[in-house]
Amino acid sequence: MKFGDSFESALTAILSNKLRSALTMLGVVIGVGSVIAMIAIGEGTKKKSIEQLEIMGANMITVMPDWRRGGMSQGSGSGQLKVEDVEAIKREVPSVTLITGAVRGNETAKFGSNSTRTSISGVEPQMAIIANATKMLAGGWFTPEDNAFAARKAVLGYQVWDQLYEGENAIGSTIKIKGQNFEVVGVVTYKGGSGFRNPDEQIYVPLETAQKRLLGKTTIDQISMQVISTDVMIATQAKVEEVLGRTRKSATGESQFRVFNQGEQMEQVQQQTQLLGFLLAGIASVSLLVGGIGIMNIMLVSVTERTREIGLRKALGATKPVILTQFMLESVMMCVFGGVIGIILGWIVTQYVSKALQVPPAVNGLAVAMAFGFAAFIGLFFGLFPAMRASNLQPIEALRSD
Amino acid sequence: MSKVVIEVKNLCKDYGKGDIMVHALRDVSVSINQGEFVAIMGPSGSGKTTFMNTLGCLDKPTAGQYFLDGKNVADLDDNQLAEVRNQYIGFVFQQFNLLPRQSALRNVELPLQYAGVKNRHAIAAEALNRVGLSQRMEHRPNELSGGQQQRVAVARAIVNNPVMILADEPTGNLDSRTTEEILALFQALNRDGKTIIVVTHEEEVARHCKRVLRFRDGRLVMDEPVLDPIDAEKALLDLPDPDAVATA
Repeated sequence: MKFGDSFESALTAILSNKLRSALTMLGVVIGVGSVIAMIAIGEGTKKKSIEQLEIMGANMITVMPDWRRGGMSQGSGSGQLKVEDVEAIKREVPSVTLITGAVRGNETAKFGSNSTRTSISGVEPQMAIIANATKMLAGGWFTPEDNAFAARKAVLGYQVWDQLYEGENAIGSTIKIKGQNFEVVGVVTYKGGSGFRNPDEQIYVPLETAQKRLLGKTTIDQISMQVISTDVMIATQAKVEEVLGRTRKSATGESQFRVFNQGEQMEQVQQQTQLLGFLLAGIASVSLLVGGIGIMNIMLVSVTERTREIGLRKALGATKPVILTQFMLESVMMCVFGGVIGIILGWIVTQYVSKALQVPPAVNGLAVAMAFGFAAFIGLFFGLFPAMRASNLQPIEALRSD
Repeated sequence: MSKVVIEVKNLCKDYGKGDIMVHALRDVSVSINQGEFVAIMGPSGSGKTTFMNTLGCLDKPTAGQYFLDGKNVADLDDNQLAEVRNQYIGFVFQQFNLLPRQSALRNVELPLQYAGVKNRHAIAAEALNRVGLSQRMEHRPNELSGGQQQRVAVARAIVNNPVMILADEPTGNLDSRTTEEILALFQALNRDGKTIIVVTHEEEVARHCKRVLRFRDGRLVMDEPVLDPIDAEKALLDLPDPDAVATA
């Protein structure tokens, strides 16, 4: 008895009862389909979150006063950040490649009759690289000289430009911020950020300009820096904390700064979305399991119905392993067919759902392989009991049954 | 002296336990030579079916010995018995027992499949040719008459060239003309040297055989030769032609 013959027998049995086979397979189809769609949607969500973070700038460490401990309080409290801190980090932390202090404020910007209230960031021009904002829709960034002379120049985020200029060319024109004229030198391309500190809703001006002409302060609100590689993020963060902490500690000895590590945030997001992915896949797996039980149920019915056929096959010389193989193949084939259809279904569902959720469709090859393998395993596992029952039938009993 | 194909010594078969124990076979001893054509007869409950199942290696005896072609079958396990059934025995059943969705040819190929034989199509086609169905090879059972279905079953029984054919009420579902046709086929196979054992309760069928074993209450009570057996070919000539009846 060759394997090909068992395969043929199984196929004949499946095809001889098409409707029943199709309905049985449906459980596996839905199971595999939902596993794949759920994992793909989970992956898509994860991808989107990471993209969101990368928009803000990869390898970025940000230092801010800890407002929870009064670091933000006015005056020259020890929690305030100063330009000297920037210099100190630059000097003592070699893994920091680029660094800038930044001040922030919310102001209304006007162009002609259009106006928008938006976030103003006073930064040095290297912020363009740190914040991953070098791609320009038009123009370019202001220069270190502009900063040194506190020139009134501005770089607009995409949405700011869109609201003030409504698609018109902005380069060389003048906008008003706090009653002062600023020359627009550049517009950053659309980044698709969202929420707090959306880079598309920013106006960047030189740090000196912002400190002296707009906000009237000598301190800085934030230090942003780029680290040489993601591998040394943690070490760099520790070093930065050490440098800043050397000069000042609160009364309780706690650090008065909060240091944000983009990598850490990314890890958190990854963990959260992974959890979500597992949860979704888990729910989908339950439906696959239920599909498997459906297969077992039908296989048991099929064995009972075909008792006579099994008896005949045994009388003609089929051994136990041959009968076992035939029935196992039947359930495995149903699961594998169902699995293939389920993969296609899952892929289609993913395309639609990810469009609706605005996440990238991420049908994962590994997930497809796993769902397929799991379906085949379910075929084996749930087919085993009915197949054993079939192979253990005594030919004489089986032939006698009606 | 021809070779002994079946040698049964003190065969016993009991079903159940204790008070409800049924002695289906009690101390049966018989031997059957190659080329014999034996009818096994007896009322229901006489043990003839149990005897046939034991001969067919479908059932194991409780006690006694059974040598099939010189081999002690009582010692074999389930898978070895399957092989013996495949290689030594050709079964013909009352219900035909063909696989309904397979062609005649595929049905006949089945024992060859389990034997792992190559060139199955040609061998199966030859067997169908032997039973006069070379024109019906691709037909499914439901496209064949009862007599034709039983011929397919006979072709299936002889395809592995077994030492004996074991037929359980092979004509029980057939009319008198097709009964004669099947018996003619058996007689032809027997003339070619096949050992044939037929279980039947019809005296008429038994009279086509060469020897009759009669069972009663689990015992072999009579073992007699058939004097002047009926030649089915000749009997067919005396039967009215079914086509002639239809047009009359």
